[in-house]
Amino acid sequence: MEINKEKLDEIILKYGRDKAHLLAIFQDVQKEYRYLPKEAVRHICMRLGMPQVDGFEVATFYKSFSLKPRGKHTVHVCLGTACHLKGGADVLLSFMRELKVKTGETTADGAFTLESVNCLGACALAPLVRVDEKDFGKTTVAQSRNIIRDFTDHH
Amino acid sequence: MALSLKQLDSITSAFNAKEQAYDKIIRVCCGTGCITSGANRVLEGVLTAVEREGLSSKVLVKKTGCHGLCERGPIVTLGNDEILYQSVGKRDVAADVDLLLKTVTEGKVADKLLFRDSARKEKYTSSLDIPFYKGQKRIVLAMNGLINPEEIDDYIAHGGYRAPFRAFQMTPEEIIDWVTKGGLRGRGGGGFLTGRKWSSARAAKGGLKYVLANGDEGDPGAFMDRSLMEGNPHAVIEGMVIGGYTIGAQQGYIYVRDEYPLAVSRLTKAIEQARDYNMLGHDVFGSGFDFDLEIYRGGGAFVCGESTALMSSLEGKSGEPRDKYVHTVEHGLWDKPTNLNNVETWANVPHIINNGLDWYTSIGTKKSTGTKIFSLVGKVNNTGLIEVPMGISLREIIFGLGGGIRGKRQFKAVQTGGPSGGCIPEQHLDMPVDFDSLTSIGSMMGSGGMIVMDERNCMVDVARYFLRFLTEESCGKCVPCREGTRRMHEILDRICKGAGKIEDLMHLEELGKALQWGAICGLGQSAPNPVLSTIRYFSDEYKAHIIEGRCPAGVCKEITTFTIMEEKCTGCMRCAAECPMGAIIGEKKEPQRIDDLRCITCGICYDVCSFDAIKIG
Repeated sequence: MEINKEKLDEIILKYGRDKAHLLAIFQDVQKEYRYLPKEAVRHICMRLGMPQVDGFEVATFYKSFSLKPRGKHTVHVCLGTACHLKGGADVLLSFMRELKVKTGETTADGAFTLESVNCLGACALAPLVRVDEKDFGKTTVAQSRNIIRDFTDHH
Repeated sequence: MALSLKQLDSITSAFNAKEQAYDKIIRVCCGTGCITSGANRVLEGVLTAVEREGLSSKVLVKKTGCHGLCERGPIVTLGNDEILYQSVGKRDVAADVDLLLKTVTEGKVADKLLFRDSARKEKYTSSLDIPFYKGQKRIVLAMNGLINPEEIDDYIAHGGYRAPFRAFQMTPEEIIDWVTKGGLRGRGGGGFLTGRKWSSARAAKGGLKYVLANGDEGDPGAFMDRSLMEGNPHAVIEGMVIGGYTIGAQQGYIYVRDEYPLAVSRLTKAIEQARDYNMLGHDVFGSGFDFDLEIYRGGGAFVCGESTALMSSLEGKSGEPRDKYVHTVEHGLWDKPTNLNNVETWANVPHIINNGLDWYTSIGTKKSTGTKIFSLVGKVNNTGLIEVPMGISLREIIFGLGGGIRGKRQFKAVQTGGPSGGCIPEQHLDMPVDFDSLTSIGSMMGSGGMIVMDERNCMVDVARYFLRFLTEESCGKCVPCREGTRRMHEILDRICKGAGKIEDLMHLEELGKALQWGAICGLGQSAPNPVLSTIRYFSDEYKAHIIEGRCPAGVCKEITTFTIMEEKCTGCMRCAAECPMGAIIGEKKEPQRIDDLRCITCGICYDVCSFDAIKIG
C-alpha cells in the first residue's frame, strides 16, 4: 500500500508533533484511509521519535483502530445491554448471513465491513445498527437486507 | 475582554426580547435518539413550511438537546411545555408538519401526535402531565430540550454562567466546604465525595494541575452523559471552570468516547463560544485566573473510563490502569495533581453554587444528596432518560415513570451499574435508589444505566453477556482480571449450552472472590458482580440449565426449541408473517408447524402469538 507521507506529515504537524496526540493522529489517518496502514504507523512513530512498538501497542489496544483495510461502508451492530436483551445478537447473525462474513471481516467486493460494538448510547431505540454515520433504531432480523440494499445502491 | 455580570444580564434580556418577538416557539429535539428516528427531516420540514406559509416572523423554530423520551422520537414541543408531540414524521413528515403548523396557527391540537401512555391508556397534551416527566426532578437536565445547545446566549438567558461570578467571590476553601457539605458524590459510579477529592487535589503540591471530565461513558445501556454533553455542553464547561479555580488548575480536558460524534461536535462548538466570551482562556470572567479546556476523543476502550487508564490514554498511550496507592490527585496526568470527575458531577456544580447548600441538601437522602440521571431502558413501556431525586424507589421508577413492563409480561429483574453492577430481583423493588442501598444488595449505582428485564430474559445469559463484554474489554495487565474473566465466561458459556455441572456454581463464586481481591482496578474487582448477583437471586435458573438442561426464558439457543401447540393454534398466521426465516409452515386457519431446520430460535413467534400457542422447550 502506497501511503502519502506529505498528508501524514500535515496531520502530525496539526497536532504539533506531540506524542500525547497519538490517538488523535491515528484517528485522522484512519479517517483518510478508512483503516490504519502499518506503513503509516511506522512513519508516524519515526516522526514522533518513538519506538514502533509503542505505536503498534496503541494501534492494537483501542478497538476503533483497524490495521486491516476496511470496506467502503462499515456496519456496526450494537451489542450493548439493551440491544442484547432485545435481540441484537440475532440482528448481528442476520448481517453475517446477508453479507456472508463474520464479525470483523470485510466482504469480498470490499463494500462492507461488519463490526459489533458494545453500546452506541441510543439504548431506548434498541436494537441499534449504525452504518457509517447513519443510525437505524429498533431494527429487526428481517430489516438487515433492506439496510444493506440502501447502501449498496449508493456506491 | 471579560464579560461582566451586567453584560450577561444584557445578553439575557436581548435574547429574551428576540424570542418574545415571536408568537410561538417550536422546539425540535435533535439528540442522537431523535435524529435516528428522523428528527433532521422533521426540522427541515418545519423550517421550510414556516417559510412557505410566511410565518418566519411569527414562529421561531429551535433545535434542542435530548428530551429524554427517546423511544417516542422525534419529539417536538410547542410553547413552554404546553404541548408535546411524539413520533413526529415517523410515517409521513409532510402530513405531520402540516398538523404542527395547524396547531400553531389555529390552535388545533393534533390528537394523533399526542403522547399515549400504553400502560394507562391515557393521552396527554402537556409534557408536565405525562407520568414519565411528572415523577422527575429535572435540575441538571432542566435546560435539555429547552435551549439550543449550539447557542451560548440561550444558555446564558436561562441563567447560565452566573455561578463562576459567585464562586470567584468565595475562597477555594469555601467552595470545597460547600461542595463537601452539599454531599455531592461522584456520578460516574464510585460515589466518592467530590469535595474531598477537590480538597486533596487543592492540597497537592505542584504548580501545574489538571481538571478532567470523564465522558467516556462505556457502560452498555447507559447514555446519560451523552445526552448531557449533546444537550447542554455549557453546563459541563461551567462546572469545570469552577473546579479549575478551586483546585488551582489552569488546564482541563474533556475525554469523550469516540462513539459519540455529536457530543464531540457540540462540545467543540461550546468551547469555542465560551472562549469568544472569555469564559475560557486568559483572565476568565475578569477574575485574574487563566483556564482553558480541550477535548480528547477516546479510542473505544471501556477500561478508559477508569481514572488511571483514562489519564494514560490522555497521554497518548494505551489505556492501562495502575495501582491505586499512588493517588491521582497527587500524581495524575503527566504525573501532576489531577482531579477527575464525571460530566454529570461537573454539571451539578453550578447548581450548588447558584442555589446554595440548604437547597441542594433538601433534595435526595441524607447520604446521597441531589438528583441522579438514569437511562431507563429494556422491557419497560417508557424508555428514555430520567432525572430523579436520590432515594426514590426502584418500583416508582419502573412502574411509575416507566409505566411498567411492556405487554403482558412480568418483571424479572433490573440491572444497574453496567458490567460492574448486578441484577436486582422483585423483592428489592422498594429499596430506595441511593449509592449505599444499591451496594448493599450486591449491585451498584454505577453511572446510571437501568436495564429492566422480563421473564423472556435469561439471567444466566445476562451474566454470560457481561462476562463476554468484560473479557473483551479487560486490558490484560493483571492476571486475575485477564484470566479470571475468561474462565468465568467459559463456565457460563458451558452452562448456557447445557453442558454445565453443579460444581460450576461453586467455581464461579470462587473465581469471583479471587477477582474481587486480586484485580488492580475497578473493572476487574467488580467484574464478578453480574455473576454473583444472578447466582444469589436466580439460582433456580442456573439449576434449570445445569440439571434439567433447559432455559426457562427460551434464550439460550442450544437448549431451546419452540413448538406450536396444535390445540391452541388458531392458524392466524401472525407468526408465519413475522418469522424472519420463513420457518413456519401450514395452511391458513389450520395449526402451524415450525421447521426446526430453518428455525434460528429467535423467539419472535413466541413473542407475537396472541393465543399462547407456542411452547418453550
